Amino acid sequence: MAKYDEPLLNEIEEKEEEEFLEDVERKELNIPNLTEREVIKHFIHLSQMNYGVDTGFYPLGSCTMKYNLKLLERVVKNEKIAYVHPLLPEDAIQGCLEIMHKLEKMLCEITGMDAFSLQPCAGAHGEFTGMLIARAYFEEIGEGDARKEVIVPDSAHGTNPASAKMAGFDVVEIPSKNGRVDMEALRHALSNETAAFMLTNPNTLGIFEKDILEIAREVRKVGALLYYDGANLNAIMGKTTPGKMGFDIVHLNLHKTFGTPHGGGGPGAGPVGVKKHLEKFLPVPRVVKRDGKYCLDYDRPHSIGKVSHFYGNFAVLLKAYAYIMLKGKKLEEAAERAVLNSNYLMEKLRSIGYEVPFYNRRMHEFVLSLANLKKKGIKALDVAKRLLDYGFHPPTIYFPLIVEEAFMIEPTEDESKETLDKFADAMKKMLQEDVEILKEAPHNMPVKRVNEAMAARNAILTWKDMEK
Amino acid sequence: MEEMLKYLGIKSVDELFEDLPPEIKTDGLNLHEPKEEMEVEMEIKKILSKNKSFFDMPFFLPVIKPHYIPPAVDEIVSRQEFYTSYTPYQAEASQGILQAMFEYQSIIAELTGMDAANVSMYDSATALGEAALMAYRIKKKRKILIPRNIFWHKKKVLENYAKGAGLQIIEVDYGEDGRMKLNHEEKDVAAIYIENPNFFGIIDDRYKEIAEMRERLDALLIAGIDPLSLAIYNPPSCYNADIVIGEGYFGNPLNFGGPLLGIFACKKEYIRQMPGKIVGATVDKEDKRAFCMTLQTREQHIRRGKATSNICSNQALCCIAFLAYVALLGRNGLRRVAKKNMDNAKYMANKLQKIGFSLPFHKKFFNEFVVIGNINGKELNSRLSNKGVYGGLPIDEYVENGILFGVTEMHSREIINFAVEKIKEAMEEKL
Repeated sequence: MAKYDEPLLNEIEEKEEEEFLEDVERKELNIPNLTEREVIKHFIHLSQMNYGVDTGFYPLGSCTMKYNLKLLERVVKNEKIAYVHPLLPEDAIQGCLEIMHKLEKMLCEITGMDAFSLQPCAGAHGEFTGMLIARAYFEEIGEGDARKEVIVPDSAHGTNPASAKMAGFDVVEIPSKNGRVDMEALRHALSNETAAFMLTNPNTLGIFEKDILEIAREVRKVGALLYYDGANLNAIMGKTTPGKMGFDIVHLNLHKTFGTPHGGGGPGAGPVGVKKHLEKFLPVPRVVKRDGKYCLDYDRPHSIGKVSHFYGNFAVLLKAYAYIMLKGKKLEEAAERAVLNSNYLMEKLRSIGYEVPFYNRRMHEFVLSLANLKKKGIKALDVAKRLLDYGFHPPTIYFPLIVEEAFMIEPTEDESKETLDKFADAMKKMLQEDVEILKEAPHNMPVKRVNEAMAARNAILTWKDMEK
Repeated sequence: MEEMLKYLGIKSVDELFEDLPPEIKTDGLNLHEPKEEMEVEMEIKKILSKNKSFFDMPFFLPVIKPHYIPPAVDEIVSRQEFYTSYTPYQAEASQGILQAMFEYQSIIAELTGMDAANVSMYDSATALGEAALMAYRIKKKRKILIPRNIFWHKKKVLENYAKGAGLQIIEVDYGEDGRMKLNHEEKDVAAIYIENPNFFGIIDDRYKEIAEMRERLDALLIAGIDPLSLAIYNPPSCYNADIVIGEGYFGNPLNFGGPLLGIFACKKEYIRQMPGKIVGATVDKEDKRAFCMTLQTREQHIRRGKATSNICSNQALCCIAFLAYVALLGRNGLRRVAKKNMDNAKYMANKLQKIGFSLPFHKKFFNEFVVIGNINGKELNSRLSNKGVYGGLPIDEYVENGILFGVTEMHSREIINFAVEKIKEAMEEKL
């Protein structure tokens, strides 16, 4: 990675003459006038101080950092979407509606659900939408006031409890047992006040919840809904479906499972799928086909309404459509290779001496505990930072919360055995390195270890703050 | 693969899926055979060719509008280091995007007059929802006042965000001039939401009165803005806004309505109640300037159910596009484009008046405006359908036979003249 002392935009020397516009009400505007040449240089320098998936191995657990096929970028560079307005009449947007309709059908096949809405813009947004649907369902059957609780395992993504809370539910967290849902704890928590149980399967430890059918039965017994957090769908595509497992509501992360890029944090897309009995609650408009023509249907009296401004992140939806068109029924191979890569790397790291809590076969990801290294004064954070020097993006650290010094690795299907071996070699070398080297890491990045505590304390959030 | 299987001591990958109960196993996917790149690209092109873009059929739709995007913006957001990376949790390997985000926050603060901004909500509608929830957390009151004239999609989204916390949305009427009535009385108000320019395109310069209403109701003021108008009009800090939201369309194509970028900014005193990702400046071990995500204890991955929001993935790359756009245009360019928007809108409004439309609200507007004709907007648009042009948005809910037009720098005189001619033809058509 390159190193520059790159100035902030407002620190670059201004080159153009001020254009004073007499009839402009606002005189003060501290935005620099720069030439295109200066601006491009600035951003190219910034980009060279950033690690992307194309740069190298990016085994960030729970994030499914697949290689993003370049075709996906090509298909959205089309003025037939770039300059298409969402409020145009249906005749003028048949292309977009056809893509959406076909994508919904394919997502139904992949998940075993009956209907999809593509409107949510991200995974958490999908969860929120799903929780609103659950709420609408219980209101419809006259149990709106009674069903106050949503249950999540302690291994759940933070978004699960946060989304349930935003939709107005109380969150009940249950402990895990040997890395899986503790059936006793679940039975104990379930009651006629439960609205839903939110579950990721395989869970965030990469372990498949093999009691899933029993879980579904227990949840159904109290009249609650079973919610599938689709963050880890990549592990099971073509092998099983959330539908078969008994889930009522599903959200997907198209930016994980369906290969659309993460954009430095977004935009993603978080479509929500439901079983037949919940279809009428999906957001409006729905895309429907009538007499060979695609239409936007707003006439859905039971719908929860809208969750985003228009119809979702269409450009992301189109990329996911292209991805599924490319892979077709061979999406299953993505799951197989992702799971193989993960198990291979786990065994390699275990043989080196890393600890795998709840040791078991894993699906597409696994979690190490680096608690043993604490004796030497080394934290998971130190190992992560040192990996940067070896040219790897570190895994997710300190999540899930139930593993001490968690080190969560998801290699994805796109990485070669050679890459995995090199990563394992680096992990091995680190065990033999001087402790100080790890604690001082990284050494080869554009900056040395960043003082995050100071950032939080001082809260310097703009260049104006900086001047003070 | 063979080698890897051997290393694991298994014969086939199927053994890795043995935790799946047999009852739930499926027999592969009932999807098509894989396709070649070329095939997929051509198929998608063919499907999308059924759409009509602004270049096939100029339109004057409001809310979001077509704007020109300098080619250098595409170049910047096409850098893999930006578009393929994840949220920059590893600061040392993400200084580039972190600095860009910091610059984005700085630009939003400059434009809005606020002290701080986050690195995006999904769009302006969800930003409004989050702003309402933030106001509730700060004020511990449950009513949110919104203008009666608001784009209905936005209101629908707000209603969903308000539901969980049990917030009550109250619509405030507008006067004959199309602006929200500022003498509204109400108890238990957490926030007043005001749009400027408002849904009818009108610029509101009642700074003193707006600020006074905020004081009187002891509420926070949420301002909904258009970033372009802020290049030439005073920022919402002039009327003491506490939170500012808006659609950050700079450098981002329409893309059939998404991805968009929800701008979210506020006063410094409220930063710990903000939703979303925030980047801060700090130093590294050797005291060199560095950037990282900060105030993360507000967020779901740390606070879980007690977080200020559930948001995780956001619209970060759209922030980079926004920033690149502003950097390329600079203060001069932004003012130029803003003025052009206003001039073109004025030109269009004058032209329409000449063929029999009238302007119901006699107030200054930016790049959107309402006209009334002796024809219903829906009827007009359907008559235009085979004339190679499309009109504005019918808003009969608010103004009988009212149409809301949106005009930008892309609506050249030639396009406007052509459109007005076609609108005239359509009006003269007999049923």
